[in-house]
Amino acid sequence: MGWTDKTISALVEPNRAHRKAYVDPDLFELEMERIFERLWIYIGHESQVKSPGDYYLAQVGRQPMVMTRDHNGEIHVLYNRCPHRGTQLCSARKGNAGRRIRCSYHAWMFNLDGSLDRIPASEGYDGTDLKMDAPEFQVQKAPRADNYRGFWFASLAEEGPDLESHLGYAKTAFDQLIDRAPGGETEVVGECFHMIQQSNWKIFLENQLDASHPGATHESTGVAAMTVEREMRGVGNEPPVAYGFLSDFARLGIDGWGKFGTVGHPQGHCTLEGYMGLRPDDEDTNEYVRLMYEAYGEEQAEEILGVNLHHVLVYPCLSVQPPLQQLRAVRPLGPDRTLTEIWHFRLKDAPEAIYQRALGYYYLVNSPSTMVNADDLFNWWKVQHGLNSNASDWVSFHRNAGFDVVEDDVRKSTPGSMSEMPMRHMMQVWKNYMASNDGEK
Amino acid sequence: MSVGEFAKILANSNHFQVAEVSIATQLSVERFLHQQAEFLDEKQWDDWLALFSDDGRYWMPAAEDQSDGEGLPNIFWENLDLMRMRIARNNHPQAHSQAPENRLCHVVSNVIVENEDENGDIIVRSRFHCAEYLRYEVRNFTGKYRHYLKHTDSGYLIALQRADLVNREGPYDYVLQWWL
Repeated sequence: MGWTDKTISALVEPNRAHRKAYVDPDLFELEMERIFERLWIYIGHESQVKSPGDYYLAQVGRQPMVMTRDHNGEIHVLYNRCPHRGTQLCSARKGNAGRRIRCSYHAWMFNLDGSLDRIPASEGYDGTDLKMDAPEFQVQKAPRADNYRGFWFASLAEEGPDLESHLGYAKTAFDQLIDRAPGGETEVVGECFHMIQQSNWKIFLENQLDASHPGATHESTGVAAMTVEREMRGVGNEPPVAYGFLSDFARLGIDGWGKFGTVGHPQGHCTLEGYMGLRPDDEDTNEYVRLMYEAYGEEQAEEILGVNLHHVLVYPCLSVQPPLQQLRAVRPLGPDRTLTEIWHFRLKDAPEAIYQRALGYYYLVNSPSTMVNADDLFNWWKVQHGLNSNASDWVSFHRNAGFDVVEDDVRKSTPGSMSEMPMRHMMQVWKNYMASNDGEK
Repeated sequence: MSVGEFAKILANSNHFQVAEVSIATQLSVERFLHQQAEFLDEKQWDDWLALFSDDGRYWMPAAEDQSDGEGLPNIFWENLDLMRMRIARNNHPQAHSQAPENRLCHVVSNVIVENEDENGDIIVRSRFHCAEYLRYEVRNFTGKYRHYLKHTDSGYLIALQRADLVNREGPYDYVLQWWL
């Protein structure tokens, strides 16, 4: 159907959303156009392209992009398309192009900033209206590319808020990923995991801040982890801290998650306040805190470590877990198919044990063999199936609805609740992005 | 030796080497690998766990050039504690992604003993193909196993099993709940 601002607006009510927002293919195309190909979308971290000539592929909405580092050390975000006949220029997920990017089809050569360097047998173009320095014969750049402290984003809209204004409070996610390192730097570790979810991208974002699901969805893993912890202690072995991330699911139960507040920001970003015993009183943590004091001084170190965040959703494309040094990038593939890239970071000069703890979480929760997300993915797949049904048109977000605390465009969940505020908030923001198009009102 | 040392030995030894072993050794190594696959396919978890030495490890690297599992992202990197946790979790009545539970069917082949040392410890490589039936669909997994087997009075025990999936860097549609 032809969607208008009016019909799109009608999909979002204060306490519920229409199922079409999750299943309709035409709406998905509009989401790509009005959200993913307009807002600032995460490309990658600068450490993915360390050396001149390095490139790394990225997806922005429906557009295949590539991040490059040129021979002056500058980073660029280009459309991965040869201006000649349309060939994809970089075909491996990552690599080093050397001095020039060479198109595999007719060997047109491009500099790492996308500018056309030369065309073989170029006399064939003499007297034609191909001009080598004309904009249309350069590899096209993302209209806007910028970074916040080494985390690169692109926007495919020529105009709009700059990156820092768009990030707003969400800058904290990246500040935390960097400042929690005694060495003041962070870098990606290894290759990211690529996981495909058979469900709509919004279902993933909603789940990240859904406080009433962990005790229910992850009960089996919580109970199993608790059993193993008990068995290990029974024979005098202290289980790794990371096992506690799983046994928490059983310890807190279904209704124990209300003490963790959620906050919604005007751009759509949402946060979940931390819960994971991020500063247990053990030797490794104390050594880490000592190193932080040494690097920043006690006051500033406490300020950094005192930020108590478990999840920061950077709308619409990221779920960042700063204290666990990981970041998931959301790449929608279709209304019922979503790719997530799951990245893991190392904090410079932090003790190995702190890294291992975060790696343990990364493995247990986010690897392709995860015992946690397995049940999430299955739920989301079932939700997607259910939303194809005509049984009802509506998805309910009523939990604690009407009791949000709103101050200066910032919306907070009712204290002590497992409020569905983040879902309500994100759908309102979705409506604003989707249904504010000139001439259609 | 630590699991890290076994990992390095597997990474650094000659993957093309063929050891001159007796027919009896070849057969008992093959039988061991076939039986391991059967335990997985038939969900015989006590028997599966008993194949590993106390500090044995099941490892599926996330990248080709990994020479260790410690301190790096892996698809699987599990000791007996984590294996027990996985078994308990997947068999829990609320493990809804395993209800109904999956079915696995392995074929293990191309078994070549790479090295047999003076203690009878074995490095062996093989290829596997595994079909998994889950959620009304069949998925296929294939790759290369390399086992470091300790020779004991009661037979071989796995010190380290390395399973390199052909598509280790590829996107994963859904997740692996059981070992391959």
